[in-house]
Amino acid sequence: MDIDPNTPIARFENVGLRYGLGPEVLQDVSFVLRPGSYHFLVGPSGAGKSSLLKLMYLALRPSRGLVHLFGHDIATAARNDLPALRRSIGVVFQDYRLLDHLSTFDNVALPLRVANIRESDVKHHVEELLAWVGLKDHMHARPPTLSGGQKQRVSIARAVISRPKLLMADEPTGNVDDRMGFRLMHLFEELNKLGTTIVVATHNEAMVQQLGHPVMRLVDGALAVTPGSRGSAV
Amino acid sequence: MFARRTDLPLDKDPLSRFLPWLIAFMVFLAALAQTGLIGLDDLARRWDSGMAATLTVQIPADPDANEAVNARLLQSAMNMLSETQGVVRASVISHDKVLELLSPWLGVVDAGDVPLPRLIDVEVDPALKVNTGELQQKLSQTIPGAQVDDHGVWLARLVDMVRTLELLAATVLGLILLSVMATVMFATRTGLTVHAEAIEVLHLTGAHDRYIAKQFASRALGLGLRGGLYGLGLAVPTLFALGHMAGRIQAGLLPEMSLPIWGWASLALLPALSAFVAGLTARFTVMRNLRRML
Repeated sequence: MDIDPNTPIARFENVGLRYGLGPEVLQDVSFVLRPGSYHFLVGPSGAGKSSLLKLMYLALRPSRGLVHLFGHDIATAARNDLPALRRSIGVVFQDYRLLDHLSTFDNVALPLRVANIRESDVKHHVEELLAWVGLKDHMHARPPTLSGGQKQRVSIARAVISRPKLLMADEPTGNVDDRMGFRLMHLFEELNKLGTTIVVATHNEAMVQQLGHPVMRLVDGALAVTPGSRGSAV
Repeated sequence: MFARRTDLPLDKDPLSRFLPWLIAFMVFLAALAQTGLIGLDDLARRWDSGMAATLTVQIPADPDANEAVNARLLQSAMNMLSETQGVVRASVISHDKVLELLSPWLGVVDAGDVPLPRLIDVEVDPALKVNTGELQQKLSQTIPGAQVDDHGVWLARLVDMVRTLELLAATVLGLILLSVMATVMFATRTGLTVHAEAIEVLHLTGAHDRYIAKQFASRALGLGLRGGLYGLGLAVPTLFALGHMAGRIQAGLLPEMSLPIWGWASLALLPALSAFVAGLTARFTVMRNLRRML
């Protein structure tokens, strides 16, 4: 599936989401993510942050409204076209979602292997990235033997290994200390400078204020976007 | 269609331990059913061809007539047969041979104890159909009580019975195939449920359904092959034992049944077939179930 570099990364128009016959957890959500932008997604627990991220990383389809990712209407996209879109998205899950039976190396290699990349290239890229996130010595360790911070870095490495155009992180600093939290945020800043569009869902208002990026605030399923001190809202 | 490396911990599934033995049991049954099918088919074909190529003429024994009269009647029957179009060969079955054929029913008897009819074994050309009605009429005019038996009625019944047994064996084979498919389908669906989270991670990292299906198919292929080999390993000695037992009780009561070389070859293919069916079923099951996910 071709992705036009000039089209918005994500465009939501009046998107509503409900689970089964329950109430709408997202109501009339509209926003646009431009290529290379960096947004924080904030809001109280239960406001719908994770649901919004799930719509963005294609784990859910909206109950109503339009969702365009990389210029493709998700409602009409064929199921066979979704893997190509997903390969342009990296996700750092709140609970990491690493595969415990695989080594650190194999977890990080996963996106490359599903894209059928040659094994010699997989080895080269994964080793390089694990060295960059400081986990080269833990390449053969399995996730259950790693600390929270190490798991977080494996999760980030897996999310960025295929150089996604859109990187989403759900509470990436929730399970690590402040020092590690700021290191991870610095990593996202670096990726953003390289052109990756970033969306970080967080409860950490201090960090949001400090970094000064535009903020998408969800309250009771409704979204408001405010400009940050460093960039304009879209 | 099949993957060499797996990202899912499929070998840790409890069902993975039982599946080879379930398949082994079914391959064992399939091997017995297939051997029966091949043996019965061979038997039916032999009987079919035998029915078309032989006749038996029976000259009743007249205990009051002397030996010379009986011999003359036998000779005139032989002359009549040699003049009949389509008869390739006719030979008188000796008294000793008739007694031997009757021994399973009558035990050891002396030729003088029972009035034995004289039998003539007639080989006919299947291409030139002998008119048995006309031959019967001609023989009866000269030799009262002479009978022409083309074995048609009882042999046709036997062949019918064998064909029915063949159908039964084929049905059993079909049911075994369905059982293998159902077992693999159940195991695969259980695996999909057990590994739902890992499968979602694979999907979210951009894996196609066929990438995931390949991993299940490869695992099922391996288990199917292992199960097939176990089953065949159990079936071969069992078939030899059954063959040995059948040989001991044949003694003229049962026709000889043996498995031709191609029959053994087809048995040897059973593990490959069970592996292929298991792999294909797993792949189909995964593709069908994943289609329901986003």
